[in-house]
Amino acid sequence: MKPSPFAYAKPADLAEALRLKADHGDDGTFIAGGQSLVATLNMRLSSPEILIDIGGVAELSGIEVSDGQVRIGALTRHRDLEDSAQIQTHAPLIAEAITQVAHPAIRNRGTIGGSIAFADPAAELPACILALDGAIEIAGADGRRKVAAGDFFKGLYETDLGAGEMITAVEFAADSDDWRTGFDELARRHGDYAMAGLAARLRMDGEAVAEARLVYFAVGDKPMLAAGAGGELTGNSLSPETIEAAAASLDNDLEPFDDLHSSAAMKLHLARELTRRVLTQIAGGAP
Amino acid sequence: MSNRITITAQVNGEKVTRDVEPRQSLVDFLREELELTGSHVGCEHGVCGACTVRLNGEIVRGCLTLAVQADGTEVETVEGLSESGEIADLQDAFLRLNAIQCGFCSPGMLITAAELLDRNPAPDRTQIREFIAGNYCRCTGYQTIVDAIETVAKERRDS
Repeated sequence: MKPSPFAYAKPADLAEALRLKADHGDDGTFIAGGQSLVATLNMRLSSPEILIDIGGVAELSGIEVSDGQVRIGALTRHRDLEDSAQIQTHAPLIAEAITQVAHPAIRNRGTIGGSIAFADPAAELPACILALDGAIEIAGADGRRKVAAGDFFKGLYETDLGAGEMITAVEFAADSDDWRTGFDELARRHGDYAMAGLAARLRMDGEAVAEARLVYFAVGDKPMLAAGAGGELTGNSLSPETIEAAAASLDNDLEPFDDLHSSAAMKLHLARELTRRVLTQIAGGAP
Repeated sequence: MSNRITITAQVNGEKVTRDVEPRQSLVDFLREELELTGSHVGCEHGVCGACTVRLNGEIVRGCLTLAVQADGTEVETVEGLSESGEIADLQDAFLRLNAIQCGFCSPGMLITAAELLDRNPAPDRTQIREFIAGNYCRCTGYQTIVDAIETVAKERRDS
């Protein structure tokens, strides 16, 4: 299908982009890479009056690491994350996840800010940012603010973003040596939206897990931090029994719903299986 | 409300200036305004890969990129890559090894394969399958396409 007609503006800087958004309110939509948005336009699931293309706002791009903090500009493309040595070193979770985000042609245009703003519950990067306990930097008419990832994702495609606001960057602490990470998802075809996925980060104290952040995606209305499963791991070594206890406690942590390709029971089954796979792999890699 | 916007792009090495509707996709622009019908329109929501073209040297979905977003860029289509000879060995191997049947997916498949071999001159079959996973073929069952890409990778390394 073809989109409904819309107007188009390409602001040169952030201030102009925010001004345009303020002028048009809900009738204006920001477009970055457009890899989710244009599909929804083509299917006429959305029909804004004007697209505000932020692709020319150079200040929103790039990856910086300083003082143990990683900062990724909102316009940074999946491809840039995939090719980044800094991401490989300081955010191995993202490095592992990014090759499972859609397909190469889509990763060449899709952006981290777009993925987080769209907040698809089956998307990889929102889950990673939550597992990284990161923060979302947001710009609006009143200046900039930061929101913890745990407070940002509200529900199905719902976030903390206000009407006139835009994501400018995501930030999180670079992984120190005591963190172990793992990522896996199950999809019908490599690169398709997951039926279930897990982004896992564990802080180890010797053989024992000191802190666990297990974030499941495509099994709820937003990325889900599994507190019960994490609690089963904390204080214990990653033995097969501990891993099984974590998998079992997902029955309480998660309440998946049926979708087109999988029932709630199947999603829960897949989440338990991913727990075994990812944690077993981390256990094998632990010192 | 939907005013036309003037864009200028290098398409297959030629400078092109046109007034476009903001809602026109890049692949529709190429096909309808420039009569470059080698890029195909399949699903129109980024799933099938038939519309794959190069934008500033990298593959993109022609259906998920707007023509207005191509302003100031370099666009290459299967026509340009055929004329330059850049993918001649891939095209030859696709024919030789029966990786083309109806041909609908072939332009997108060839451009995707070209980017894979640029980035990874020695992919194994799993890596080939992962890289072309975003391009549907409903004829071949993929086996012969993987054969053709693997063969060209080897031939390029040997030459």
